[in-house]
Amino acid sequence: MTGADQWSRSWRTCGTRTDCNEVIEAVQAALQDAGFGETAAFAVRLSLEEALANAVRHGHVGDEQRPIDVSAEIGGGVVRLEVADEGPGFDPDAVPDPTAEENLTIASGRGLSLMRAFMTEVEVVPPGNRIIMIYRGATA
Amino acid sequence: MSNEHKHVRVRHDGGIVEVRLLDRHILDELIIREIGEEIDKVVADAPSPSMVLDFTDVEHLSSSALGMLITLNSRLQDLDGGLCMINVGDPICEVFRITRLDKVLAMAEDYAAARADLLGEA
Repeated sequence: MTGADQWSRSWRTCGTRTDCNEVIEAVQAALQDAGFGETAAFAVRLSLEEALANAVRHGHVGDEQRPIDVSAEIGGGVVRLEVADEGPGFDPDAVPDPTAEENLTIASGRGLSLMRAFMTEVEVVPPGNRIIMIYRGATA
Repeated sequence: MSNEHKHVRVRHDGGIVEVRLLDRHILDELIIREIGEEIDKVVADAPSPSMVLDFTDVEHLSSSALGMLITLNSRLQDLDGGLCMINVGDPICEVFRITRLDKVLAMAEDYAAARADLLGEA
């Protein structure tokens, strides 16, 4: 893949480890082919992992067999990921700030915060069962 | 170091138990649960609740893994011990910084510094 090429792929997958890994590894390979470095690889792997985990844990209440739609587009120094589940969604503004002093020792609730920190843009599309994440960075 | 576990390697050193995490990616809920169970057993069997956790092999970890670390830290503190992490790579340090868990979870440059910190010798 050259810098000018656009790579895109979509999956109707589910939340088992094998299925999630297949998606994550395909995206990682495409990132490498597109010339993205380790910083991008770390950010994208972490964010995709968190989005898939949230889809299973919250969207599908732990049911790993329910379908999750994932799409990925890579090209021109931009990575665009979209993850959608069949759940009722959630209000991102209602998620407690995990970095607030009183929440620092709570064991959960950091996934969205990490996605927002490592990706350039994160949009939770109402009603909150679809998330779009964009990473912009230099390629080799 | 003993290797009776699948995800961790354990070494006892006086009043310290050193636990090396062996997985490169600590992302999968099942693996995180298994690691938590193995470390729980280490804590239960250890003569002292002071633990150095070695991240040399770890390249990625998820928010669920952070939860496991918070729970472990609280448990060790409840036992009047402590947790100190070593050999944490830059990207994972960034995860701790972003989540402000660097304020809650102790980190040291190397094993000697962590040991001294936990034993109050610093």
